[in-house]
Amino acid sequence: MGVPDVSSGAGRPGSARLRSELKRYPSLAAGGFLAAVVVIVAIAGHIAPPHNPLAINPGHALEPPGPGHWFGTDQFGRDVFSRVLAGTGTDVVIGLVVAALAFAVGSAAGLVPGYLGGWIDDIVMRVADIVMSFPPFLLALSIAVVIGNTVGNVIIAVTIAYVPYIVRLTRGSVLTARGSDYVLGARAVGASTPRVMTLHVLPNAAGPSMVQATLMAGWAILDVSGLSFLGAGIQPPSPELGVQVAQGASYITSGQWWVSVFPGVAIILAVLAFNFLGDYADDKLRGQGG
Amino acid sequence: MPGLRIEGLCISIGDRDVVRAVDLHVAPGACAGLAGGSGSGKSLTALASLGLLPRPARVRAGRILLDGGETVAPDRDRTARVRGSGIAMIFQSPRAALNPVLRVGHQVERVLRRKGRRGDLRQRCVELLGTVGLLEPDQAARLYPHELSGGMCQRVLIAMGIASEPRILIADEPTTALDVTVQADILDLLDDLRARTGMGMLLISHDMSVVAERCESISVMRQGAIVEAGTTRAVIDSPRHPFTAELVRDLTHPPGTGHEAGG
Amino acid sequence: MKPLIEVRGLRKDYRRGGDVLHAVDGVDLALMPGESVGVIGESGSGKSTLARCITRLERPTSGVVFFRGTDVTGLSDRDLRWFRRQVQPVFQDPLTALNPRWTVGRLIAEPLKIHGERGAERRVGEVLRDVGLASELMTRRPRDLSGGERQRVAIARAIVLRPSVLVLDEPTASVDMTVRRALLALLKRLQSEHDLAYLYISHDLRTVGETCSRTIVMCRGRLAEQGPTAAVLNSPRHVYTQILVSAIPRVGGATPRGGRLRARPLPWQGTSPDSGCVFAGRCPRALPECAADPPVVEVTPGHRAACVLAGRR
Repeated sequence: MGVPDVSSGAGRPGSARLRSELKRYPSLAAGGFLAAVVVIVAIAGHIAPPHNPLAINPGHALEPPGPGHWFGTDQFGRDVFSRVLAGTGTDVVIGLVVAALAFAVGSAAGLVPGYLGGWIDDIVMRVADIVMSFPPFLLALSIAVVIGNTVGNVIIAVTIAYVPYIVRLTRGSVLTARGSDYVLGARAVGASTPRVMTLHVLPNAAGPSMVQATLMAGWAILDVSGLSFLGAGIQPPSPELGVQVAQGASYITSGQWWVSVFPGVAIILAVLAFNFLGDYADDKLRGQGG
Repeated sequence: MPGLRIEGLCISIGDRDVVRAVDLHVAPGACAGLAGGSGSGKSLTALASLGLLPRPARVRAGRILLDGGETVAPDRDRTARVRGSGIAMIFQSPRAALNPVLRVGHQVERVLRRKGRRGDLRQRCVELLGTVGLLEPDQAARLYPHELSGGMCQRVLIAMGIASEPRILIADEPTTALDVTVQADILDLLDDLRARTGMGMLLISHDMSVVAERCESISVMRQGAIVEAGTTRAVIDSPRHPFTAELVRDLTHPPGTGHEAGG
Repeated sequence: MKPLIEVRGLRKDYRRGGDVLHAVDGVDLALMPGESVGVIGESGSGKSTLARCITRLERPTSGVVFFRGTDVTGLSDRDLRWFRRQVQPVFQDPLTALNPRWTVGRLIAEPLKIHGERGAERRVGEVLRDVGLASELMTRRPRDLSGGERQRVAIARAIVLRPSVLVLDEPTASVDMTVRRALLALLKRLQSEHDLAYLYISHDLRTVGETCSRTIVMCRGRLAEQGPTAAVLNSPRHVYTQILVSAIPRVGGATPRGGRLRARPLPWQGTSPDSGCVFAGRCPRALPECAADPPVVEVTPGHRAACVLAGRR
């Protein structure tokens, strides 16, 4: 009963499917475009920056944007454009790493308690509740201050703050999937519990947490640059975007806006790209839900 | 000409006809049956009668008349509804058709209000729930759909359907998801309502025995077209189309359930 | 000949808040090799719970389930691996019973993989042919198939390990009448070709009448009646069975309206009785004796009904 499905695009050539996908999901178009820009920028920043991001050139300090320095120079004469390129790369990589780690750890920590229930579930959820009772940024800040501010530690600090959200999302989906007939069906043919969990439950439960992880890549960029801005994250002279914003902050009032603003805009664009991609992931997930 | 009359109905999706040249007549007080498998177009035909065709589908040709007045024609606004007491419809999966967060009495009252009924809605709602066979209808009205069985939910939906005192009721697989005893009860209820209100009914089902038991005339649909139509007796006793013959073959009670009419 | 499956005194309780629901309340059953036994009753009678206890997807609260003489009642999933090769369920709705993200090929191959069987691809092709599906369907997903094809995939998956028992829970409920006959024919053929025993759960009496040699009738977790299908459906002795049978649609509607036997409707605050006949509250022919546990009357050899009225006529 009902109208036959004329909308599925299975069987058409790849380029046609991509085009129709882009038309159906504007979020993919927007996010994809931005993300592409960001990635190209990041790669370019590593391979061939116009100037060395770390090269100090006191004679050319605080020059406004112009032909030689498209984004101007900072107080040490460093080319802001090259620094923004490099910093974007750093931040995007950190964001992706945090998202991937949070997704991996969170999914595992949500799958096992969700499927098995009992005391494991109680303990894990209470721990997650405790961690979630702190605002993520403050929690990451406290951890970073305690364990030190190398790049690795910053990643750890932010990941710890994010993991419980993934745990909770995964667990919710697992609870739903656990009662499905296909789980019964898998048990009925003799599948062991680990097999049921990893091959049947997890793939069908991972959707919402994948969407969340995509968004988290963007938020991680914000959090990491925020930590660095406060001095608790990445340290100068590393050209991380938050560090750059911090270093240029005091010059805004005296009119040298470019030192802070360009890195700031880069942060916005990177976060926006991941927000759009997360939207697309969400749209896709809901579309498949029917 | 009184009753529901569907003439030459063609429904298309894109440039493909999914329902072709369908003619149906439901006289007042009569029960007409429409039998066919899934994908035969029977549900689309029903939805078209209420102007409820889902988006890509549209009426390409033909017309639908209620008591001589045209209700649906091609190029007409798809959302044109039959005004006043016209056609009502009930569907399969009754629990899914009810709002799970509202009490059933509330949902019946909403229908009453939307149909322009004034006065004591509560009273009328309880009356309706009693008419459809719910015990202690005032208590029943306070329940939520999940507290009711499938059969009871279907009764509530029938109450909502007859709230507008329709002249035609279309029942699309009304008992498919239900137990055999509940099915018989619901079909008895529908027959009873027909006798009382003079309402005509179009009973749609893939189960030929349901249609054969309750309807005076049967139309058999397959792949968008009517392949056979006639009185129940004629269609059952001497089916002309091979598809009908198949369906009728299923009716021959196998050893173990042999009950012939008049037993 | 020894029964493949033997069930004695099976009970399964569920706790809801403070209440206990006796979904299965003392059922005995035996299934012989190659036999088809039907289980009928309204929704809520406990048929599906019985099926899940027999396939050991649930652990019975009490009672025993024997397979080929071995007590499988309390075994863990790990210890039941050999049992699962022999006793397979087929669920009502293949759309939810098959992992939506897997292809047909992968779904059917999974049991082979789990039990370490070689030659999976060949066997999957074999089984697909056996159930009448084209091998091209191996790369498709369940949602791309029709209802009938999906159920065939579910059946294929169930027989791929060459079991001896299939427990089918409403296998034709989610398909059209037009597809039903083909599926039933398939099940019949598979049964004789592979010497399968079927436990066939359905609320559709006509299907059970066509396919099963013996039938048991469940009412609120208990056995109301059992016996040869023809006897149970043609001359039912328990009032509940009579009500079920009289509700079957009859062609031509010649049966007078008042002629159908009906159950009394349940009041809103109903509770199941602790003793006596479980159906007494709704029985149109209930007698004072029904407050005591009903006797099991052997109407004819093999045909038993738990009703005080069973012996009288």
